[in-house]
Amino acid sequence: MHRFANPARFLRIARVLTLPLTLLGLVLTAAGLWIGLFDSPPDYQQGESVRIMYVHVPAAWLGSGGYLGLAVASAVALVWRHPLAEIAARAIAPVGAAFTAICLISGSLWGKPTWGTYWVWDARLTSMLVLLFLYLGYLALSSAEAERGGGKAASILAIVGVINLPIIKYSVEWWNTLHQGSSIKLSATGASSSIAPEMLMPLLLSVAGFSLLFGAIVLMRMRAALAEQAVAARSRRIAAAYT
Amino acid sequence: MNTNTIKPGMKPKHQRLVLLGLALAAMAGALALGISALGTSATYFYAPSDVFAHAPAPGEAIRLGGLVQKGSVQRLPDGLTLAFRVTDNARDVPVRYTGIVPDLFREGQGVITEGHFDAQGTFIATSVLAKHDEKYMPPEVAGSLHKVQGKVTS
Repeated sequence: MHRFANPARFLRIARVLTLPLTLLGLVLTAAGLWIGLFDSPPDYQQGESVRIMYVHVPAAWLGSGGYLGLAVASAVALVWRHPLAEIAARAIAPVGAAFTAICLISGSLWGKPTWGTYWVWDARLTSMLVLLFLYLGYLALSSAEAERGGGKAASILAIVGVINLPIIKYSVEWWNTLHQGSSIKLSATGASSSIAPEMLMPLLLSVAGFSLLFGAIVLMRMRAALAEQAVAARSRRIAAAYT
Repeated sequence: MNTNTIKPGMKPKHQRLVLLGLALAAMAGALALGISALGTSATYFYAPSDVFAHAPAPGEAIRLGGLVQKGSVQRLPDGLTLAFRVTDNARDVPVRYTGIVPDLFREGQGVITEGHFDAQGTFIATSVLAKHDEKYMPPEVAGSLHKVQGKVTS
């Protein structure tokens, strides 16, 4: 754990990783979206609106996966007082919130032609909206705490909010919902999918691309936050030297 | 706090870790209790079998979901009203709806209707939504698996 607690070591690794992650992420996203939008078949029921899936599904997974990352980073910050953990949590939150918003908006645009409505208050849609509110609550609380210096409330909120993740995942199994069940299932025996292979391939490409971009943006934000801290420390030292 | 799990000699780091573990366990317990207490009240719609098990009062607003029974869709002489049956393959309920249905509405398709039962036991729907399933495939594949059901045309 403490091998990575060193911000200087982290910065060396992050500096090397940022560019390749960004480039590979852009290439995979472009390939996935190109094939998904122009070179894959329409669906037998939804027609062309199935193509929204190639944005909606990666956004949904990263919105919830990002929240798990936010909660783990907050737990590490609370328990081990790891200097990078809080920076990581603050770096993840707005990115995860953006993906959650993309998921909600794209899903709503898909819902109108498919279901006949932009929005319903079923368990899946509602729990996903709650996830967006959790992100916004974390962002507001952590920026208020940063202004005052210190505080644990934002980290605690992030950890408590984890309870929403199983609710999102299993909402379509626990209750009758308008949202359909999972098409891709992971189990001990392997993964199964009810998506045709020529649609699954671009979907997985865009999931991989979106994920790498998520990682790259978080690294950039963490590097920027560390640079800001260094600048602030230096100006304090200079100010101290001249008084 | 339980003195068996948090000992005075523990490092603060380990105390915090134990606290975090206890908090997570408490959250999991709260979630399990909450889910079991919610039961079906967080459900978005009732299936025909649920309606037969707990009959709603005539006029009570509910949502009824299921499949449009094959061969049941009729357009009434006024040209606007559809009569069909919603089934969960165990029980089925007659439904009447005046208005425009989504493109995906057809026999054998999942639908969710909003409305109430009249005194005769017919469900008077005020809205009809199409439910999509988790299968995604191109039309050629679907055509061979799955004969496209007679889409309702006026």
